[in-house]
Amino acid sequence: MTTVFGPRLLLFIAVFVLVASVLPLWLSAYVLGVLTTAYYFGVFSMAWDLLFGFAGEVNFGPTFLIGLGAYTAALLDNQFHLPIPVTVLAGALAALVGGLLLAVPALRLRGPYFGLVTLVAVLLLQNAIVIFAAFTGGEIGMTVPDVLSIDPKVNYWYALAFLVICAILLFGLSRSAIGLILQASGQDAIEAQALGFNVTKHKLAAFSVSALFSGVAGAMLIFYMGAASVGTVIDIGIGVQIIIGAVLGGRRTILGAAIGAIFLVVVTEVLRPLGQLNTFVVAAVALAVILFFPDGLLGHVLRPRESE
Amino acid sequence: MTSLQILVDGFAISSLYALAAVGFTLIFGVSGVLNLAHGGIMLVAALIGWWVAGETPLGVYGGTVAGIVAGLLAAYITYFLVVRPIQRSSAIAHEEKEIFVLTGTLLWGIMIQTGMAYIFSDNPVTMRPLIGGVVNVFGVRTPRNEIMIAVLCWVVIGLLWLLINRTRVGKQMLAASINPRGLTLLGFELSKIYLRVWTIYGVLAGGAGVLLASFLGVGTANAGQLTASAFSIVVLGGLGSVSGSLVAAYVVGYLETVTAYLISPTLRPIPALLLLVLVVYVRPQGLLGRR
Repeated sequence: MTTVFGPRLLLFIAVFVLVASVLPLWLSAYVLGVLTTAYYFGVFSMAWDLLFGFAGEVNFGPTFLIGLGAYTAALLDNQFHLPIPVTVLAGALAALVGGLLLAVPALRLRGPYFGLVTLVAVLLLQNAIVIFAAFTGGEIGMTVPDVLSIDPKVNYWYALAFLVICAILLFGLSRSAIGLILQASGQDAIEAQALGFNVTKHKLAAFSVSALFSGVAGAMLIFYMGAASVGTVIDIGIGVQIIIGAVLGGRRTILGAAIGAIFLVVVTEVLRPLGQLNTFVVAAVALAVILFFPDGLLGHVLRPRESE
Repeated sequence: MTSLQILVDGFAISSLYALAAVGFTLIFGVSGVLNLAHGGIMLVAALIGWWVAGETPLGVYGGTVAGIVAGLLAAYITYFLVVRPIQRSSAIAHEEKEIFVLTGTLLWGIMIQTGMAYIFSDNPVTMRPLIGGVVNVFGVRTPRNEIMIAVLCWVVIGLLWLLINRTRVGKQMLAASINPRGLTLLGFELSKIYLRVWTIYGVLAGGAGVLLASFLGVGTANAGQLTASAFSIVVLGGLGSVSGSLVAAYVVGYLETVTAYLISPTLRPIPALLLLVLVVYVRPQGLLGRR
């Protein structure tokens, strides 16, 4: 454990978890609600960072995987009233299948072409949901009869625990040998192959892991919100927000991606009084960051230094 | 009757798609930049054109010119403030430039979109047609404006072809797309060529934006859709291939029109998206692209 995380980082995580878990004692239900959503977005961004930062796959459609997980869970709950854990598991499996579907073109196509396929995947999913409005509620969305909890504090703790577990698993994975091989094959696939690593196998693994986490997080998010709609889990705008969060925090850091995404959700909420302009300000800040600090706000701090 | 209607309507829409996509493919071909702020630039041209045409004494023609100038300015800002700083940045590794340009222009496009929505509200607007009246084409009542747009698009595309293939300036661009290093060694300055390409792009995107506003109408919510359709037309035709983009624009334009008329207007974009996925799987270089 300490070899993967390092004593300082371990201390930082411990302090963060401690502070974050006692926050509900002081904060209002409204603030807790914002943070709960922010934590789920943190998981989305971490899952995206594993694919982009490490495997080097330009995925413009993180919401394809999230949406598959969310809508599968929502449909099963809404139509067949299955218990929540079963539907979340089913959602994870659906996202996994989606991830493998995306992996097939990813192994054959390069950069922008693959990026377009992911974008189209999101548009097709969105259209499919609108077409089958009788089952999915179309553009309006659908409510789920079961929710995780009606207590905002309990919901908050669920989200926090989920975030921390995902962060430990994904961060550990990224610092393991698999993470290094992924990074190598993302930067120079041919050389990685020449060194004897099975690039295909590792990329498939990256897609599966990213899809699993995205799917579970998407399903959890709708059981927190009590409803699934295109605007909350599939819209390209949501995908862009996840990507901006990860780039803002620092690519290839996993933890930075989560912090960036949480920061972005909170800032968007704080800037809400600006009305229409808040998206403008958020986009401008993100653009300034990628122009002036291309490593992200936390890239320098969190990325392992060459000398270590 | 319906088939003729599809033929006529589809032709006008496809021509407009072609005009919008040609600039996009030109920039990619020559400088390797995929500009995801494309829809935003068209939007600026459309809204400024609409505003000048409606609110000032300059009228529709003044509005058209103002719109094209606005599109050009937006393209320059995109190049100087977003694309060039990223290309010249020493902090970004070379193999990551592409993704940074994509993310940067995407963010810039969002800024344009929300900024425009703040100034002009997000209601879709339609510019008054440049010329009024209706004529009969093969028994289909067609607005003169629609015919004018189709003709204008083809004239502009024709001029572009002449510029690229028959002039010194155009041949330099062609050379830059084939071997930029070789061109530099021959003593040409790449940055000058890039600036010219962005100028042409700005005029094309601006013109397409204004014409779109006077034909179908444009709202700020369309910006993403406009970028996506230009992107898919360009990929379908083959990245960087101008003739491929023209063919693809007609394929997509007619596919959408046929779907809208014969199946349902709500399914309009779907067959084109499915075709795109299929082509990308089977023939990643696009219909007429080179590897």
